[in-house]
Amino acid sequence: MCVKAEALGARLPSSSSEEAKGDWAMDEVVARFAVNYTRYIGPTGDAIGTLPDALRDPPILKALYRALVRTRTFDTKAIALQRTGRLGTYASSLGQEAVPVGAASAMRDTDVLLPSFREHGAQLWRGVKPLELFLYWGGDERGSDFAGPRQDFPICVPVGSHAPHAVGAALAFKLRREPRVAVCIFGDGASSKGDVAEAMNIAGVWRLPVVFVISNNGWAISVPRHQQSAAETLAQKAVAAGIPGMQVDGNDVVAVRSVVGTAIERARSGEGPSVIEALTYRLGDHTTADDASRYRDDAEPSRHWPEEPLVRLRHYLTAAGSWSKTEEEHLLQEAAAEIDAAAAAYLATPAQDSSTIFDYTFARPPAELARQRAASLERIENAQ
Amino acid sequence: MSEVSLIQAINLALARAMQEDEHVLVLGEDVGADGGVFRASDGLLRRFGAERVFDTPLAEAAIAGISVGLAVQGFRPVAEIQFTGFIYPVIDQLANHASRLRTRTRGRLTCPMVLRSPCGGGIRALEHHSESNEAMFAHIPGLRVVMPSSPRRAYGLLLGAIRDPDPVVFLEPTRLYRASREEVADDGQSLSLDRCYVLREGRDVTIFGWGAMVSEALVAADSLAAQGVSAEVIDIATLKPLDAETILTSVKKTGRCVIVHEAPLTGGFGGEIAARVAEHALLSLLAPIERVAGFDIVMPLPRLEQHYLPTARHIAAAANRAMAYA
Repeated sequence: MCVKAEALGARLPSSSSEEAKGDWAMDEVVARFAVNYTRYIGPTGDAIGTLPDALRDPPILKALYRALVRTRTFDTKAIALQRTGRLGTYASSLGQEAVPVGAASAMRDTDVLLPSFREHGAQLWRGVKPLELFLYWGGDERGSDFAGPRQDFPICVPVGSHAPHAVGAALAFKLRREPRVAVCIFGDGASSKGDVAEAMNIAGVWRLPVVFVISNNGWAISVPRHQQSAAETLAQKAVAAGIPGMQVDGNDVVAVRSVVGTAIERARSGEGPSVIEALTYRLGDHTTADDASRYRDDAEPSRHWPEEPLVRLRHYLTAAGSWSKTEEEHLLQEAAAEIDAAAAAYLATPAQDSSTIFDYTFARPPAELARQRAASLERIENAQ
Repeated sequence: MSEVSLIQAINLALARAMQEDEHVLVLGEDVGADGGVFRASDGLLRRFGAERVFDTPLAEAAIAGISVGLAVQGFRPVAEIQFTGFIYPVIDQLANHASRLRTRTRGRLTCPMVLRSPCGGGIRALEHHSESNEAMFAHIPGLRVVMPSSPRRAYGLLLGAIRDPDPVVFLEPTRLYRASREEVADDGQSLSLDRCYVLREGRDVTIFGWGAMVSEALVAADSLAAQGVSAEVIDIATLKPLDAETILTSVKKTGRCVIVHEAPLTGGFGGEIAARVAEHALLSLLAPIERVAGFDIVMPLPRLEQHYLPTARHIAAAANRAMAYA
């Protein structure tokens, strides 16, 4: 752990230049903050210091590694389906899988996840099925009606606007005195939005059990991080809300799980919210509809490839004697089989009945909507 | 039973809803100790405590967004947006989240929340405190839009809104908050959110209005009656979903249609009512549809706002124009 950024807080301005020239002027530091950065496993797979006690056991590390591989397998398949016209526009999580996997692995089943649109790894860890994710990205609402976890929010496409929902959910937990935590994940772009600032601020005032994870992948479509904010770190946005903010190596799943886990348990015990900025990198395009070569030098992702999260954990596990080539091959086969089966099931799933486009607008459909529903069915029949 | 103003009726309905359902929460700016700037939540903090009535930081988008989170988690938040001009930041939360959650999760997550806000002019208020923006909300699928025009309907409709399983935007005409009093039975009876209310029956012309324009329409109907014109007055009350049946039945009876709203003419909700009448009752019309609305201008400040607001005189004149046709 090291201090990455340190800055002075507000300075009281001198009330007038006259006074400043005088013998005495008030000028003292009234606030000071630091942002800590945590990493346990470096890009080459070498441990930096010792891993946290709870995360030293091979079974936990292997579970995390399996989840990373499963997420990437899903991602690869999703892109392949999109490229062959069998899936809609898809937002890849290539290279940043450790953020959602690490964060979700630190949650309890009863906690609530509020993901953005690149958190497939978190949804998969928490029990959303690959079939359901394929359905969603294939343009079928049933993909957000996942069998579990039933209280998790669907992904949020309008950037950062789900942050206040996390505050509302956390307030519900606090009012009911339930030991639950809301975990809200969004990107560096979202950190520029008012919704996010409002959410952090209110979570701080009310000391709510919510953890905000900023998955800083360096790019908001074509806008790089340095054009997003003049702040040295995005974690320090927490400081203005009066809550702790820290950075973590977002490609080190052990660090993500550890730091987010500490924040979650802190929130659960009534100590309030936190902001965690996970530094990762978007190795792919923004979505399958994007072409990053229009605005990003191809050399940049190449430079970041050696830091990606899967290889480093595999190196670590291998060096520790906890992972063999056979296990690796077995895992890859297992993941491919699961994802291929899910893709096949997705492709074999018939579309919903056309009338369902009306059926969930209101609990009690008003007369006007019933009329439009009937007109829609008539339109379909006439077209046939 | 006692005579209460519209704002007191709102207060009675909030208290009743909170008393009967512990999941009902009241939140917003200054709704706690202050009881709301218009006193809608007066006394609720003392009665129900700080965990059910609470002030939020000054952040309108978050007020709506937090309500979404609470509603999804099983609470029934009733959020107040303090003034009508401050409501625009919540549209993202309503249009992208509250109104869509049921659809996009196929009923897994729902959003039974109420967003209350004052609306409309006529009280010589500060800039940004007099706008009429109901049509913007009525255009959002999955959202109910309600506007009461009397204490009794305010009470019943607000209870209906709070008990409704879907999000409701509840717009309260500021001008009517203390304009009149009537007896309101605090009996917990809600009114339907799916119908218009026929306030006065007539034979010759139907005047449709909502909010503060309803009282103007009733005054106009009185003056028309003095001239021998029998006007039917209908309070639209629930703009979305629209009770087209009541509207069409009336126009088919009277053959003349005057639509009144305070909001600007173009894109105003009156256009929707006019279109329904044209589509389904054109052959019953004896005269062109008349619209009496605000102008397509920025809401004037108080010294000139009387030149913006439609009045009973404008409404009666429109009805007389319609009557000029055989």
